[in-house]
Amino acid sequence: MSATASTGIVSMGSKFSGAHRLLAFASLIALILVFSLASPNFMQTSNIIAILQATSVNGVLAIAATLVIITGGIDLSVGTLMTFCAVIAGVVLTFWGMPLGFGVLAAILAGAASGTLSGTFVAKLKIPPFIATLGMMLILKGLSLVISGTRPIYFNGTPGFTQISQGSLIGSVFPALPIPNGVLILFLVAIATSFILERTILGRFTFALGSNEEAVRLSGVNTDRWKIAVYALAGSICGIAGLLISSRLNSAQPALGQGYELDAIAAVVIGGTSLSGGRGTIIGTLIGALIISVLANGLRILSVAQEWQTVVTGSIIILAVYTDILRRRRL
Amino acid sequence: MFTRRTVLGAISAAAILGYGSSFALAQDKMYIPLISKGFQHQFWQAVKAGADKAAADLGVEVTFEGPDSETQVDRQIDMLAAALAKKPAAIGFAALDSQAALPLLQQAKDAKIPVVAFDSGVEGDIPVSTASTNNIAAAALAADKMAELIGDEGKVALVVHDQTSRTGIDRRDGFVNRMKEAHPKVEIVAIEYGEGDHLKSTEITKAILQANPDLKGMFGANEGSAIGVVNGAKELGRQLVIIGYDSGAQQKQAIRDGQMAGAITQNPVGIGYKTVEAAVKAAKGEAVEKNIDTGFYYYDKTNIDQPDIAAVLYD
Repeated sequence: MSATASTGIVSMGSKFSGAHRLLAFASLIALILVFSLASPNFMQTSNIIAILQATSVNGVLAIAATLVIITGGIDLSVGTLMTFCAVIAGVVLTFWGMPLGFGVLAAILAGAASGTLSGTFVAKLKIPPFIATLGMMLILKGLSLVISGTRPIYFNGTPGFTQISQGSLIGSVFPALPIPNGVLILFLVAIATSFILERTILGRFTFALGSNEEAVRLSGVNTDRWKIAVYALAGSICGIAGLLISSRLNSAQPALGQGYELDAIAAVVIGGTSLSGGRGTIIGTLIGALIISVLANGLRILSVAQEWQTVVTGSIIILAVYTDILRRRRL
Repeated sequence: MFTRRTVLGAISAAAILGYGSSFALAQDKMYIPLISKGFQHQFWQAVKAGADKAAADLGVEVTFEGPDSETQVDRQIDMLAAALAKKPAAIGFAALDSQAALPLLQQAKDAKIPVVAFDSGVEGDIPVSTASTNNIAAAALAADKMAELIGDEGKVALVVHDQTSRTGIDRRDGFVNRMKEAHPKVEIVAIEYGEGDHLKSTEITKAILQANPDLKGMFGANEGSAIGVVNGAKELGRQLVIIGYDSGAQQKQAIRDGQMAGAITQNPVGIGYKTVEAAVKAAKGEAVEKNIDTGFYYYDKTNIDQPDIAAVLYD
């Protein structure tokens, strides 16, 4: 096994994205400064919390998408998988009336199972990731509607459920900082995934698969197994996103989810992860997700007309990727 | 150096310059955001036009936002959160899911920001007023017209946009119950749901027509459903009495061409106008009606160009 080779690849990846990270971070700060100067209503505790809360679901989804994208794949099913996991939590908690912990576990397991399936399609059946996860996106969308009976499932029988996202552990210790648990969970997921990527063998193979899968395979590694593991991990993270969104809405909304994968992928790309694989960081993705939410919130606070909001957001995505290309050409 | 920071700065600065004027006005004008269920759809643009007109008449500032699709409950919540951060005088809100919006609506209530519900409204006692169409009465009128046109007997079917939303339920029940009460010889043979999607509603219509060779009439309960019914009948070359709901260029054309007998129109411009009007009153602490009926009309080839009807139709 070529541990040294893959370590080399990892550090190379970090060096590349280190510079981008700074750039993305600077953009985030610049955006925040501009919006703060433009409106007194922007830089307020309640609004900052609203921005963080709006980031929590897309941030977690983007972290899941980052893992798959680093392997050189793409996951279009993150949005509807999130919904599917939310519906599964609804079935366990509301239809079956089981305690909270079972619902949480079921959502995460459902995510892992679906990820394993996507990974198997990609690794074993050699279906291109775009197609395999496009298929899964539609399957999961349909299943969510079927299982829920096309109606939202409410969590009124499990009063603790809304606390997952809306409660505030930090606020109960420091009343001046009522940061919702959903935001805390986003940061915990980011730290844990970052650790897996940078410090574990699974992380090393994630980068190695994206850099040169053939070389890894020829050095005697069972690449299929590692690839499936990455998709499964990404799936279970989507399960967490499902818990976050349904807890925030106090309901599993079965029709929601399609289109959310695009916001997640946008956050990944703005954060400097390469769509061709082998390069990327979780912190970059986190910053990318924050840029998207700050932009959406800030433009709303400035009462920019809705049709122009999307024009600006689209322009930012193109600029972000273009500056990344420019910068890499210079290196 | 050409960095993203400078570019971002430039874009943001341009955005602020461009909207600086309206922003400066926001300081002294009363500000009322409307959070709607949709945005691109012509119906919502007509609501927006009414809101803008009221804003101009009453000297207030209004913004209008809504998610891309009616499934995006969380996006609507984010819009509501941003609207609240702007410390508005009052809020107009058409909930996609009232329960999901409850924490923020409670926040608005605690901050003494009056909430005016519009269109399908907001469940619970937080809204000071609700400006909406009486969909039950409007669909009952459609049933009366249908019965009249088919000679008060025979088979009819419904294509409805969905079975969970308030408007879907009210229009279906309004039509069905009126038929049962006032036109006992009219038999309703099918009620199907097509998500308001043109193509899905077309397929559904064709299936219903295949199954019922003697069907005399069909009711499409919103714009997409009605267009689907017209297309389905056209593709199978069947002649029947079709009654639609709302307007839009295609539906208006179908009525002019005689493919559709007529349709119910709500008054979306009135919904927008009355919502802002009630919000301004509530913000000033004046009394407002709990339920504001924004009205509806039946229109067909004969009155489609009358000024009072043309004013509430949209393309």
